[in-house]
Amino acid sequence: MKTIPAAEITKAVRRLCIEANLRLPDDVRKAIAEGRRAESWPVAQDVLERIMENFELADREGIPICQDTGLACVFVELGQEIRVEGDLSEAIHEGVREGYRDGYLRKSVVGDPLFRRVNTGDNTPAMISYDVVPGETLKITVAPKGAGSENMSRIAMLKPSDGVEGVKEFVLRTVREAGPNPCPPIVVGVGLGGSFDKAAALAKRALLRPVGEHHPDPDYMRLEAELLEAVNALGIGPQGFGGRTTALCVSVETCPTHIACMPCAVNINCHVTRHASAEL
Amino acid sequence: MQKRISAPLTREEADGLSAGDSVLMTGVVYTARDAAHKRLTELIQAGKELPVDLRDAVIYYVGPAPAKPGQAVGSAGPTTSYRMDAYTPQLLDLGLRGMIGKGLRSREVIDSIRKNHAVYFAAIGGAGALLSARIVKSEVIAYPDLGAEAIHRFEVRDLPLTVVIDTNGNNLYETGVRDYLKTLER
Repeated sequence: MKTIPAAEITKAVRRLCIEANLRLPDDVRKAIAEGRRAESWPVAQDVLERIMENFELADREGIPICQDTGLACVFVELGQEIRVEGDLSEAIHEGVREGYRDGYLRKSVVGDPLFRRVNTGDNTPAMISYDVVPGETLKITVAPKGAGSENMSRIAMLKPSDGVEGVKEFVLRTVREAGPNPCPPIVVGVGLGGSFDKAAALAKRALLRPVGEHHPDPDYMRLEAELLEAVNALGIGPQGFGGRTTALCVSVETCPTHIACMPCAVNINCHVTRHASAEL
Repeated sequence: MQKRISAPLTREEADGLSAGDSVLMTGVVYTARDAAHKRLTELIQAGKELPVDLRDAVIYYVGPAPAKPGQAVGSAGPTTSYRMDAYTPQLLDLGLRGMIGKGLRSREVIDSIRKNHAVYFAAIGGAGALLSARIVKSEVIAYPDLGAEAIHRFEVRDLPLTVVIDTNGNNLYETGVRDYLKTLER
């Protein structure tokens, strides 16, 4: 049994919120640079260069890459041999509160979705997902999620008979309809299987996978490659001005499902695909 | 080749721009997002005076991040424009000349842009750090209770923009993709 004080968790979440918003992960940087090299359309080349200039400037100056510093999506892998001294969820919310305040990050949360859309003023509550895992490690990932791309995400309760073509058609339609709105080049997270809610959660988790890593199953690995090729044949391009680099990658996460179901969720992320992790 | 334009933007200057043009804007722009648009249109419907003079004005759809000490403004890239579509034609009818955002506009907005000789510009979405360096002064002039969504008056110098919809209704989001795809057919 390992004991972790809540204050330590707050400290880690505070740091991760700031780090994620100021510094784009290396895999995403690399993918954008590769997109630039493969791009033949001059306007698209120019946009990708400015995007690279932007994340380098943010890193150097210590300012957010994008003004939409997002909903604070926090993924927790909680080792079952761990005892938290204090309130774990409250410790995470407090970390978000302090990180968004001290990091000069934008507070983008309203307390009620419909009748009282008043800003909570501190970017809380965090959107926390818990996984209980064996062992004595607490892993926390903070993935700030901007609304431009979140709003372009979709879910479909496909029929088993829709098959591979049905999945492809839905993913492509979602990306095509999103067009320039989600700030392409995008990262496409696809959640296949499970229940209605599980598919959406899988799609979001797919966005945490490093760009360049693939599904371990060769059939899904091929599906990811085919989807990426099809998305980049749409011609939307960086910022929707035309070009090849519409998406940096397509990541598919899968789960067993009901005999009558084939849920398919598509969670789109912008080129500022941010996340930072720590293990306690 | 980048054209230099000023804000406020005259009708003549607007008419000289074409979809696809790369421009550098210098002058004064006002920020407004969902909540501020809602309040502005409520004032219009009530026949009351607006906190900004819309004639030839340029509105930037942005909710900036807080400024660090020594900064005029924090990261300040565009938000997605379609959320403002329901309010936009009313503002264009009152003389609004330019909008800066990113993403698709509705048919109604495009028709109103053409009718009113206005221009829709895109700034690079997600390039908030880069764009903030071109904003030299910022002050809140209305609705401070809205925080990042308050109306700010920005002084911008060489703000890099792309003309997406021009006064003739040409739309780069359609022509850019089409022209790129044509190059693949060769």
